[in-house]
Amino acid sequence: MHARLIHRFLQCLLVAFCLVVTLFATDLRAADDLRAMINALGGGSFQESQKQVEALAKTGDPKIVPALEALSEGDLYQRKADGTVFIVKPAGSNFKLTDALTGDAAGEEAKAALEKVKVNNGLRRVIRAALGGLTLMSPDAGVRLQAASTILRTPSADALEGLDAALAAETDGTVKAVLEKALAASVLVSDRPVDEKKAAIATVVQTGGRDSLSLLSGALLSADESLRPDIEVGIKKIEDQLALWAAGQNIWYGLSLGSVLLLAAIGLAITFGVMGIINMAHGEMVMLGAYTTFVVQQIIRDSYPALFDWSLAIALPLAFLVTGAVGLVMERGIIRFLYGRPLETLLATWGVSLILQQAVRSIFGPTNQEVGNPSWMSGAFDLGGLTITWNRMWIIVFSLAVFGFLLFLLKKTPMGLQMRAVTQNRRMASSMGIRTPWVDALTFALGSGIAGIAGVALSQIDNVSPNLGQGYIIDSFMVVVFGGVGNLWGTLVGAFTLGILNKVLEPYAGAVLGKILVLVLIILFIQKRPRGLFALKGRAVEA
Amino acid sequence: MITSFILKALDRNIVIVVALLLAIAALVPALNLLTSPDHPLHVPTYIVSLFGKYFTYALLALALDLVWGFCGILSLGHAAFFALGGYAMGMYLMRQIGARGSYGNPLLPDFMVFLNWKELPWFWYGFDMFWFAALMAVLVPGLLAFVFGWFAFRSRVNGVYLSIITQAMTFALLLAFFRNDMGFGGNNGLTDFKDIMGYSIQSNGTRSALFAASAIALALSLIIASGIVRSKYGKILVGVRDAESRTRFLGYRVEHMKLFAFTVSAMMAGVAGALYVPQVGIINPGEFDPANSIEVVIWTAVGGRGTLIGPIVGAILVNGGKSIFTAAFPEFWLFALGGLFVLVTLFLPKGIVGTARHFIERRKEYRKAKADEAARAFAAEPQAAE
Repeated sequence: MHARLIHRFLQCLLVAFCLVVTLFATDLRAADDLRAMINALGGGSFQESQKQVEALAKTGDPKIVPALEALSEGDLYQRKADGTVFIVKPAGSNFKLTDALTGDAAGEEAKAALEKVKVNNGLRRVIRAALGGLTLMSPDAGVRLQAASTILRTPSADALEGLDAALAAETDGTVKAVLEKALAASVLVSDRPVDEKKAAIATVVQTGGRDSLSLLSGALLSADESLRPDIEVGIKKIEDQLALWAAGQNIWYGLSLGSVLLLAAIGLAITFGVMGIINMAHGEMVMLGAYTTFVVQQIIRDSYPALFDWSLAIALPLAFLVTGAVGLVMERGIIRFLYGRPLETLLATWGVSLILQQAVRSIFGPTNQEVGNPSWMSGAFDLGGLTITWNRMWIIVFSLAVFGFLLFLLKKTPMGLQMRAVTQNRRMASSMGIRTPWVDALTFALGSGIAGIAGVALSQIDNVSPNLGQGYIIDSFMVVVFGGVGNLWGTLVGAFTLGILNKVLEPYAGAVLGKILVLVLIILFIQKRPRGLFALKGRAVEA
Repeated sequence: MITSFILKALDRNIVIVVALLLAIAALVPALNLLTSPDHPLHVPTYIVSLFGKYFTYALLALALDLVWGFCGILSLGHAAFFALGGYAMGMYLMRQIGARGSYGNPLLPDFMVFLNWKELPWFWYGFDMFWFAALMAVLVPGLLAFVFGWFAFRSRVNGVYLSIITQAMTFALLLAFFRNDMGFGGNNGLTDFKDIMGYSIQSNGTRSALFAASAIALALSLIIASGIVRSKYGKILVGVRDAESRTRFLGYRVEHMKLFAFTVSAMMAGVAGALYVPQVGIINPGEFDPANSIEVVIWTAVGGRGTLIGPIVGAILVNGGKSIFTAAFPEFWLFALGGLFVLVTLFLPKGIVGTARHFIERRKEYRKAKADEAARAFAAEPQAAE
């Protein structure tokens, strides 16, 4: 009995031992197998390597991911001495070795002692598919999402099994949605049955976008007769969708251009529109504003780099003051002698614009100056099928803000009241005790200051050079004349109409011809309505 | 009728200037061609070319003065008419190159070969004949001015608005001519001319002939302009300038008056451009630059708008100054030009000739008043002039 017990015990022990040994051995053998398979990557032809990669992928072991990634990057080398494969990093004249499976450091080796595992694009594609399948099962949802998106972009029939498995196991909603799209895309290029493909087409069409379009066009070439109508309808649908987004993008560009025009013209709406002064130096006020921004940024770069994101906020009031002061001097020194002689005003202010241009050229040089974007103005974001850059976005917001500010100033403040009084009936305003010369000077300074503020914004999207202003002067006059003189709302509507019109014409006529067409349209429009869109009525018109 | 037109045109001042121009047209080429280079009276060729260019500028300024000084239309697009005339001549000169271009194509100008064009565009037909090109140099600007003016004056676009849309017109043309597909050489324009009517464009003889042609064209235009201004029609023009509504209410078709003046002026500008191009050897879209048109205005303003001799004086003075300044102090030319704009409008609104004339008339009246005073025994207050 005792002996039997001992016997049993020994037996159990033996079994347990065997079990442990077997388990251990299996694990070891598995690791050895992987290592052997990885080592086998070296030396063979591309086809053999491809088979090895597929075999590796079949193991589904995440440990092989770094090795495959290294292979596709060309960082996988084989040691000539024993045929072991390592991931390497150059370290001086030697290579630093890393174990391909464990990621442990494995010393250094001379370059000559290693041979690169060759890789070509065909192999890379296989690797990508394999990696996609592997990373689809990653515990990290972010990694899974990325893997699914990769497959969605480059669908292949090989990825199908991985996708099916991943889709079954997936719990995260977002990842699942992308996986479904990727699966549909892959089904389309595989040899699965027609029904499944039909469903896949529907999913692909729903996804939309340029990639789906090229996927469908590609599928159309090799597709079964029964599938063709579906694919064609799908392509049509996606094209319509894309056309809609493209139109949306054009309108967005138009809004953006309109905001630039509004900024450039809004100061002129005061000096030309309200006061009737043809200020040909208006563009140079914009240019001075841009240069003020440049100087502010230069000082900030040199002395207070931390403030760079605030540079525009600092430049804004400074630009207003600088250009406002220049405007004040111009009005007091030249323009006030020329009231009632608009054509002479035009010539004198043109002279001032030449002087200002040359002055800036003499001080800062004729080349473009670099004005940086603060961090909150760089970059872009997507809105549906639209790509919207932050600087354009902010400029639209800013132009509307300036417009609102000006409207408030003119309609709701005592200063605005006096300005309107003086422009409507100078003698009566003067009789009421308004100092009309003073109001003239301030109004002109205000218009110039607003032009300077516009310069701060335009410095973000345009080249800051002495010629900056010249590019805007004709456009600004067009906007003000088109919108109707003496009416801020007209300027707003005029700017955005011209901006959108320009950008909508551009795809059909080309950039330059589009612009010419707009100019011709304005000339014709002025024939029809010589006083612009929103004409002032009454006696003030003839004065 | 034509004789009376000419006789009316030739008042004393005009006769003097025309005679002077004709004398220069004969004398300067003679001094250039017939004297040896070290002769004290020799006129170097570069001076001949330079002044030939100034005369075309003067003609352009005269054309502008006809509409601005006498009709009150400040056109900021006259450079466009000038450039169109220049392009017409440039196209003729281009066709004259023939197979001597770098690509050796007998029919197509170099830039068309470069753009891989297979045949000549229709609007280049006929430009191998000088008379056709010369006709076009006058007709095309005239036609543009007629169509543009017909629309603009009929809908009573005037004053500053007209200035701005003429500027838009030249700007649109600038953009258009920059395009390669327009068929006018795009950015580079037309250049590398070889000869004109069979004579090499580089030779002294041709340059002298072009100089004489410019001077004669200027003299002829001066007579025409003077005839227009001094006719009954010219008086109405001045009426339009000074009181447009009143002239209209008196029963004159103001828009027809303006249209005629504008078209004639554009034709003159076209002639100026056509004479300008062979002398400088290039025409490119830069000539359409709105800034050029405004510069023409300052020539006219400096010399004196509303006088016929003023723009000629102004154009030659300002451009002479420009040549000297840009050679000596290139930095300061724009300061000087800008300052000129400001100072002339503020202190010399009548320009040099206008102010001088004003001054002479005042002296005359003063003297006359003094003589009257002496003649009469009674002391009478001399009447203040104007």
